[in-house]
Amino acid sequence: MTIATRGEWRTIWLLLAVFFLGLSVSAEAQIDDEDFRAVVAELVDANFREKTALAELLLESGHPGAPDVLTALMEGRLFIRDQDTQVFVIESTSDDLLEFVLLDPVSRETVGSSSPDQLSRIITNNQLRRFLRTAVPRFSLSSPDNEIRLEAVRQLLRALDDTVIDLLRQRANQETDPRVLFEIRTALALSDLDSNNRQTRISAINLLTDRLNPEVHNRLSVILERDENGNYLETDEGVLLAATEALGSIDTTRTFYSIIETAFFGLSLGSVLALAAIGLAITFGVMGVINMAHGELIMLGAYTTYVVQLLMPNNIDLSLLVAIPAGFLVAGLAGVLIERTIIRFLYGRPLETLLATFGLSLVLQQFVRSVFTANNRPVEAPSWMSGTLRFNEIFSLTYNRIYIVILTLAVFGILLAVLRFSRVGLDIRAVSQNRLMARAMGVRSAWVDAMTFGLGSGIAGVAGVALSQLTNVGPNLGQSYIIDSFMVVVFGGVGNIWGTLIGGMSLGIINKVIEPFAGAVLGKILVLIGVILFIQRRPRGLFPQTGRAAEGM
Amino acid sequence: MKLKYICFVALLALAGNACAPSEDASSDPQDDPIRVGVLHSLSGSMAISETTLKDTVEMLIDEQNARGGLLGRQLEAVVVDPASDWPLFAEQARNLLEVEQVDVVFGCWTSVSRKSVLPVFEELNGLLFYPVQYEGEESSKNVIYTGAAPNQQAIPAIDYLRNEVGIERWVLEGTDYVYPRTTNRILEAYLKDELGVADEDISINYTPFGHSDWQTRVSEIESFGSAGKLTAVVSTINGDANVPFYLELANQEISAEDIPVVAFSVGEEELSGLDTEPLVGHLAAWNYFQSIEDPMNSEFITNWKQRMGESRTTNDPMEAHYIGFNLWAKAVEQAGTTDVDAVLAALPGTETPNLTGGTARLLANHHITKPVFIGEVRADGQFDVVWQTDGTVEGDAWTNHLPDSRVIEADWVELECGNYNTETGICSGTNYE
Repeated sequence: MTIATRGEWRTIWLLLAVFFLGLSVSAEAQIDDEDFRAVVAELVDANFREKTALAELLLESGHPGAPDVLTALMEGRLFIRDQDTQVFVIESTSDDLLEFVLLDPVSRETVGSSSPDQLSRIITNNQLRRFLRTAVPRFSLSSPDNEIRLEAVRQLLRALDDTVIDLLRQRANQETDPRVLFEIRTALALSDLDSNNRQTRISAINLLTDRLNPEVHNRLSVILERDENGNYLETDEGVLLAATEALGSIDTTRTFYSIIETAFFGLSLGSVLALAAIGLAITFGVMGVINMAHGELIMLGAYTTYVVQLLMPNNIDLSLLVAIPAGFLVAGLAGVLIERTIIRFLYGRPLETLLATFGLSLVLQQFVRSVFTANNRPVEAPSWMSGTLRFNEIFSLTYNRIYIVILTLAVFGILLAVLRFSRVGLDIRAVSQNRLMARAMGVRSAWVDAMTFGLGSGIAGVAGVALSQLTNVGPNLGQSYIIDSFMVVVFGGVGNIWGTLIGGMSLGIINKVIEPFAGAVLGKILVLIGVILFIQRRPRGLFPQTGRAAEGM
Repeated sequence: MKLKYICFVALLALAGNACAPSEDASSDPQDDPIRVGVLHSLSGSMAISETTLKDTVEMLIDEQNARGGLLGRQLEAVVVDPASDWPLFAEQARNLLEVEQVDVVFGCWTSVSRKSVLPVFEELNGLLFYPVQYEGEESSKNVIYTGAAPNQQAIPAIDYLRNEVGIERWVLEGTDYVYPRTTNRILEAYLKDELGVADEDISINYTPFGHSDWQTRVSEIESFGSAGKLTAVVSTINGDANVPFYLELANQEISAEDIPVVAFSVGEEELSGLDTEPLVGHLAAWNYFQSIEDPMNSEFITNWKQRMGESRTTNDPMEAHYIGFNLWAKAVEQAGTTDVDAVLAALPGTETPNLTGGTARLLANHHITKPVFIGEVRADGQFDVVWQTDGTVEGDAWTNHLPDSRVIEADWVELECGNYNTETGICSGTNYE
């Protein structure tokens, strides 16, 4: 037996206080301003458990200040003034504010301002925030905004208790928005599952048949639990039957969406692979240059994004749109420079090109290490790229992946158009098909070589801008993509831009189909083995080049 | 084989004793500086973490010199770059000990680099201070482990999640190499045997180095975590793969309140390369946080920022070097010489204050006592400490949670052995595997 320490006594005392105050609250339904202020003041030196108890007390208090205080606590906007340990709500804690405006927690009126240095935030932890997140929405059930009400009911669904059910029952009578009503019905049906009435339970289960919330799935699974002898714990046949049917239908829908999800994951991985490889498809595929520094050109594009964001710190949303052409120009110019100074002396000597560009890749890596240090650079995500496009509770697509699929297709389309319809494109195709004939027709083949290499490098730069949103922007960024890029180009068929797109997408999907069964490590190995075997059978890849151009290579 | 090894060690010790006095006069002239080797990667993939540690050792040396050095002699850093290349670590270690004739080495980050230099340090009887949390299952005569052993980081983190957060389902997510594999083996045994967690409530997965496409795995974690029981991810994901992992979590809108991720290798330094807004609330278990208020910590941070720039952060392995350096300096003063055997004899029992309060004491198993903190990521990339151990925890070289290791004892004072089997009474020397 140990005697409770001072801290423990404090907790015990506080819990007692909560208990008695709680009793008096339910009797009087509201505590007065002084008590409310006293409870808020307790937050100052409470530990996390005590804070949760205090938050519960505030939640039950019925005081008009409670919603604001609890929301502020959840969002980290409840502060203590250091000089007199008074608690204030801060409306906005934005970084560029020199003075925070202080709101009194009871009257909710502005009572002055203070510099952030003289305030300390009331710290919350995950458990407390999780409690608040399901508690605070109780106050927004009567909000005039449909979206807020919808979100509130969805949050409440995660932690249903009798109080919440009562609130939702009341709300159901006045609710007009069909989506909110739909969610409220789900909640009420979930609570009806515990009813004593057999008919209520069965109709609740039937109502839940088309609900995809994980809570519904879990609760229905609980009904179908068995004991160690394999007998159902539930004794009512009708309930069992209904639950089995409902769960079966939910599982079918879930499987359907998980297949779509896997397909999308594959497409999005595929577009990253394809985007990284399109540049290479030009330098390696069209020109035949084995450019081991391709990854570093991607890296230059990613660093360009970082620099652009440094230059326009207040327009992060726009920065990416500026970074795409900037990344293209930076990497493209670097490409032209590389072609003019190194590669043009090595045409027709693939081994030496390989060694020279490998050395160049190390030089470029060390260059960014010297300029930007070896540490990764933080690249912010614009607001329109974060978050998910939610179709229902179990199926959603992340915006950044959607945009990258679009970007890949756009880059691909523009590249095809440039090669097909522009003068430069015509020159590039001419030189790659028959250099001597093209020169005889007056095409400046040396200039075209530089442009082609620049174009391929520029596209690598665009890939870098996209990758800066997905992974680390650091000196090693390029290395992780160079092997994949070569794999995609060889698999798709050297010299064929379409092949690169299809190859990248197929490898992405194959990877994602294998991953859940084999794991990421084995999955990667299997794909690599698959590609090697495929190349053994078809050395020219998926879409081999045909005709005279192929003969010439 | 084992006998041969013991004889070899004994011979080495004898040789060391016999030669020490005669050599002292010639190789330790009073005006020569004491040479401190720094074995951290300054290029390659680990440069991101290790460069900071090189700077830390240099700062500690400058500060010691400003206080008048050690034994009346100045200190001098000998910096080499093993370039994140594991065999090169061994070569550079040999170079430091044989050619540069350093008196002590501060270095290594990854476990594989430590394993690679270990035979070199034992062969040449060097002294290495290793500053990073690691998987344990090792104790060498020539290495002082100033980072956390699993019982000073991973196990307390699990206890916190279980007791304070109420976690019932566990995802053990790691990069595919020795540290995560060993740590997860220990954690799995701990969860199953001591906490009674069922098989279906544990999901273990490994991904390759630098894994960047986390869509499938994060979506799996989400569905694993939506089965009605509170779920947490225990992450031993290595450096570079962390950013895309956290980004994917944020993008799929899985917040720390739904599924908290507790990481053992994500600290202030790693977060400084990242937009931390979406990470708020995720956890890290360390023995030091920059945000902990303590006069010694503020002084250390001020000195560091003055030297390296206002935007630089401090982190756990830096504190480990700070502790290691002070332990070594104390032992050298006590021994009156920088001779490795004399310093190794003086080291156990040496104490030095932590930056966050409390005292670090070097134990007989060459590990130290450390406080354990659990921190939640704040929007500014620092951590709020949400839990800490009462006092310090003694580092345990051989875990008590694996049957093979439970009977192994490391004690360099009484037993003079890093791998002593208490059941058979046999000392098998240091286990390299």
